[in-house]
Amino acid sequence: MSRRPYVRPISAREWIFRHPRYVRYMVREFSCLFIAGWTLLMVWGLKQLADGPAAWAAFLELLKTPASVAFHGVTLAFAAYHSVTWFNLTPKALPLQVGERFVPDWVIAGAHYAAWAALSLIILVWTL
Amino acid sequence: MARSNKPIVWGPFAAGGTLTAFLTPVLVLLMLLQPSGVSYESMHALAAHWAGKMVLAAVIFLSLWSAAHRMRITAYDLGLRADALVAALLYAATLACTGAAIYHLLRI
Amino acid sequence: MIQLEVLRYNPETDQEPRFQRYEVPFRDDWVVLDALNHVKEELDPTLSYRWSCHMAVCGSCGMMINGEPKLACKAFLRDYPGVIRVEPLRHFPVERDLVTVIDDFVAKLARVKPWLVPKEAPGTGEYRQTPAQLKRYKQFSLCINCMLCYAACPEYGLIPEYLGPAAIALAHRWNRDSRDGGRESRQEEIAAKEGAWECTFVGACSDVCPEHVDPAGAIQQVKIESTIDWYQAHLTPWLKNEK
Repeated sequence: MSRRPYVRPISAREWIFRHPRYVRYMVREFSCLFIAGWTLLMVWGLKQLADGPAAWAAFLELLKTPASVAFHGVTLAFAAYHSVTWFNLTPKALPLQVGERFVPDWVIAGAHYAAWAALSLIILVWTL
Repeated sequence: MARSNKPIVWGPFAAGGTLTAFLTPVLVLLMLLQPSGVSYESMHALAAHWAGKMVLAAVIFLSLWSAAHRMRITAYDLGLRADALVAALLYAATLACTGAAIYHLLRI
Repeated sequence: MIQLEVLRYNPETDQEPRFQRYEVPFRDDWVVLDALNHVKEELDPTLSYRWSCHMAVCGSCGMMINGEPKLACKAFLRDYPGVIRVEPLRHFPVERDLVTVIDDFVAKLARVKPWLVPKEAPGTGEYRQTPAQLKRYKQFSLCINCMLCYAACPEYGLIPEYLGPAAIALAHRWNRDSRDGGRESRQEEIAAKEGAWECTFVGACSDVCPEHVDPAGAIQQVKIESTIDWYQAHLTPWLKNEK
């Protein structure tokens, strides 16, 4: 009896599209591109801020261009997806045991959502 | 097997991921809506204060670091096997961009 | 009647695997394992596959059913329209037909010492444990070593050295057991590069786990604990940590 185990090859194209959950994972991972890109845009904005009022005004105008608005829209969607996936996964990483029971996942995630909403509201109102 | 030093890069990643989860969406919205709070006067006042500088620097560093770490992982998932090289490039770029941000912050 | 498309591989005669179709009766209460048993008993005795309990507790019959890792004894024919594709569990070498080489998993499991390492020298009498202490690790003790999580994990597929979900979850199970004192030695395995750090929290492992062990959660908990350990050891090395 001779053994000759067969190793099945694996490629990115092969595993990512095996099931929607892997596609969703990739979308979540891709959010980092937009969050990084937007943050770098803000670093550019810092430079403009340091250059003075005229430069800052030009930066704000740049942000109003259709390309920038579209970029912000897409970034907002990806950033929100990152937030949602992050908060939903937090209860798995940080279980809270109280006596013989665990705090339900929805409570932990819900607390994060509530904090997210509150913080966002405070910032929006503060800058109005 | 020796314990890995991954926590050095994972710690800031986890912190940055949490920070961006709470903060980035509203900030993106802010730059879209451009309320009076993003005027030169307000932003300059924020960045001129030493505490404002520290907060801005920390937010920028953590946001970029967590994104860089995710990019590193995604590159590997997509088949780019040179992990050490990719990691070095991405983390170095993060530090460089953070350095640039701090440089400009110090000009304000 | 219903059709199965089963991967066949005979190492003595085949260069690579091929698919073979079988027509089996459709019964409302049949699972894929019943269909395979019918094939073996009535149609083709050469078909090889692992199975045992037929009730989702032994973990033997894990295979890819329409591309998803499942226990063959838990996959009902009635849930699959059309032809059912049956393949060996992904990310393991194919020994023969639906039988995989599981040596890698078995070796990794042994490395994490999935048994009680007593905290103190055993005295007389039994260990005492409160229900709360039991609850702390109980979920992770439900693992039946079926390896569906390894088939689902893309990182295990891409990085053969990766310890994998079940091994890390079981290490975590023992680390959280109040009777156990083996955490330090287990950390050498699960806090290593090939341990929890290869995980990118895809979460597929927990999705497919038939016992709802949530290995993904266990691995993230290991990451957080290991990170706290690392910063404590490097920033305050004079503090000895009793866990």
